[in-house]
Amino acid sequence: MKAGAPFPGTAAVSLRGVTKIYDNGVAALGPVDLDVATGEFVSLLGPSGCGKSTALRLIAGLSAATSGTVAVAGGKPNAIGFVFQEPTLMPWTTIGENVRLPLKLAHASRQSADARVGAALAQVGLSEFTEAYPRELSGGMKMRVSLARALVTDPDILLMDEPFAALDEITRFRLNNDLLALWRNLRKTVIFVTHSVFESVYLSQRVIVMTPRPGRIACEFRIDAAERGEEFRTSAEYAAYCREVSHGLGQASDEKLAS
Amino acid sequence: MKSPRAERRFARSETNARLLRLVMPLLVLAAGVLAWHLVVRLNDLPPYVLPGPVLVITTLIADWSILSQSLLTTLWTTLEGFVAASVGGIALALLFNQSKWLEISLLPYAIVLQVTPVIAIAPLLLIYLPQQTAVIACAWIVAFFPVLSNTTLGLNSVDRNLAGIFQLYGASRAQTLAYLKLPSALPYILGGLRIAGGLSLIGAVVAEIAAGSAGAGSGLAYRIAESGYRLNIPRMFAALLLLSAAGIVIYMLLALLSHLLLRRWHESALGKDT
Repeated sequence: MKAGAPFPGTAAVSLRGVTKIYDNGVAALGPVDLDVATGEFVSLLGPSGCGKSTALRLIAGLSAATSGTVAVAGGKPNAIGFVFQEPTLMPWTTIGENVRLPLKLAHASRQSADARVGAALAQVGLSEFTEAYPRELSGGMKMRVSLARALVTDPDILLMDEPFAALDEITRFRLNNDLLALWRNLRKTVIFVTHSVFESVYLSQRVIVMTPRPGRIACEFRIDAAERGEEFRTSAEYAAYCREVSHGLGQASDEKLAS
Repeated sequence: MKSPRAERRFARSETNARLLRLVMPLLVLAAGVLAWHLVVRLNDLPPYVLPGPVLVITTLIADWSILSQSLLTTLWTTLEGFVAASVGGIALALLFNQSKWLEISLLPYAIVLQVTPVIAIAPLLLIYLPQQTAVIACAWIVAFFPVLSNTTLGLNSVDRNLAGIFQLYGASRAQTLAYLKLPSALPYILGGLRIAGGLSLIGAVVAEIAAGSAGAGSGLAYRIAESGYRLNIPRMFAALLLLSAAGIVIYMLLALLSHLLLRRWHESALGKDT
C-alpha cells in the first residue's frame, strides 16, 4: 500500500475500555482502547507481562474481558485464525490432518476440505509434507503448518502471538518475508504480538507500544514504508524507525518505573 | 559425515548391544537352572522337598492335558478381568473428566478399593458372588485403578494451547474428547493397561487361591493349591512356570500394542536417532 494512504475500509477489531483482571487478582490489561482497520497489519510491542497475549486471547474469544467491549467485525464463525508461539500441532496425526482440523470441527465435507487443506499447505510451501508427522519437521516448518492451519478457514483476521520468537534468526527472517507476502496476497487483518522492535517495524503498518502491569497502550508509530524486503531491512529509513520505536518503548518503561 | 567403515562399525556395535541384551539374561537363566539342578543332584533331595528342573519340565509335559486346561481357564479369567478393568477404568476416568462432582464424590472409594488388599476381599466376594464372577471381580478390583489414574492423568495433560485451538473453532464436547483428549491421553492409557495386564493375572490367581478346594475352579492357581495338598511338588513348580510365562506373554503383548499405536509419534516409542 502507498505511503500515507488512508485506512482501507472500517474497523475489523475494536476494543473499548477493555480490562482483564485474573482470578488471582493480577490486573493484566487495561483499560485499553484499540481500533484495527480491515486489512491492516498491526503489531503489539512490549516486554513480557505487558498483556499483549491477554489482549489477543480476548480478541479471539478465548477468555472474557473483565470490563469493556471487544467487537470483531463480521462475527461469522471461523472469522479468526490464531497462531501461538509454539506450533501447537497434534503430534499423533499427520500434517494434513492437523491443517484439516478446523474444517473437521466445522463438519466440512471431505471433498471441499481436501482442496482447502491442499491450498493452505501450498500457501506455506509444504505441499509435499501432507503425510509427514509433526516430529519429522523442523521448528520453522512446524510454524508454517501452524500458519496453514490458521489460514485454512480463510479467516478475515489473523492473530499471531509471538509466533517466531522461538526460531533462529535465519528462519525468522524467512518466515517474516513469507508472512508479508501472504499478507500482501490475501489482505487479511493481522494483529501480531512481539517483543522485538525490529520485527515489529519490519512487518507492520502500525506499531503499538504497551507498558506492563497492567498492560496499557503507551504510544503508537505508523511505519509508512511501501517496500518491505532485504532492502528495507538494511535501509537508513528502517534504522530510523527502529530507533524511534525503541525510544518509545524505553520511555514507556521509564514512565512506568517513575510512577 | 561418517565414513562407511565407521558407519559399519557403529551398526555392528548397535547389533552387538542388542544381542547382549538378549544373551545376558539367558546366561543368567542357564546358570540359575544349572545351580538348581546341581543343588538337587548333589544333595540328593527328594522331589517332594525340591524337584530338579528336569523333573519339572517332564511333569509339565506329562501333565500337559491337565495343566493346559487350567492355563486356559486362568487366562480366560485374566482376560475377562482385564477387559472389565480397562473398560471400567477408562469409562470412570471419562466420567470424572466430564464432571468434577462425580470425581470428588467417587474417587476416594476408588482409592479405598485399591489400597485394601485384594487377598482380604476375595473370601468375602466368594461368599456373595458365584465363583466365576467373584474371580473376575477380583481381577477387576486390582487392575482397574492404574487404568483409572493413568487415564485421568492423561486427560488432564492436554496441551493448553491445543485446547485453545479447539475452543476457537467451536469444537463440541464430543469432538474435543474424540480428537483431542483421548489421543493426548493414549500414551498414559496404554501405560495403565500395561500395569493392569499383570495385575489382572494376579487378581485371578488370588481369587482362585482364596476359592481353593472349596471351589469347583480348575485354574492354574487352583492346581497349585491342590498339588500342594497332595504334595505333588513337581506339578506345583510346573504350574508356577506356566503362570510366570503367561505373565511375561501378557506384558509383551501389551508392550507390543503400545509400540504399534505410538511408534509414529510418541517419544517413548521412537528410536534414539529419529
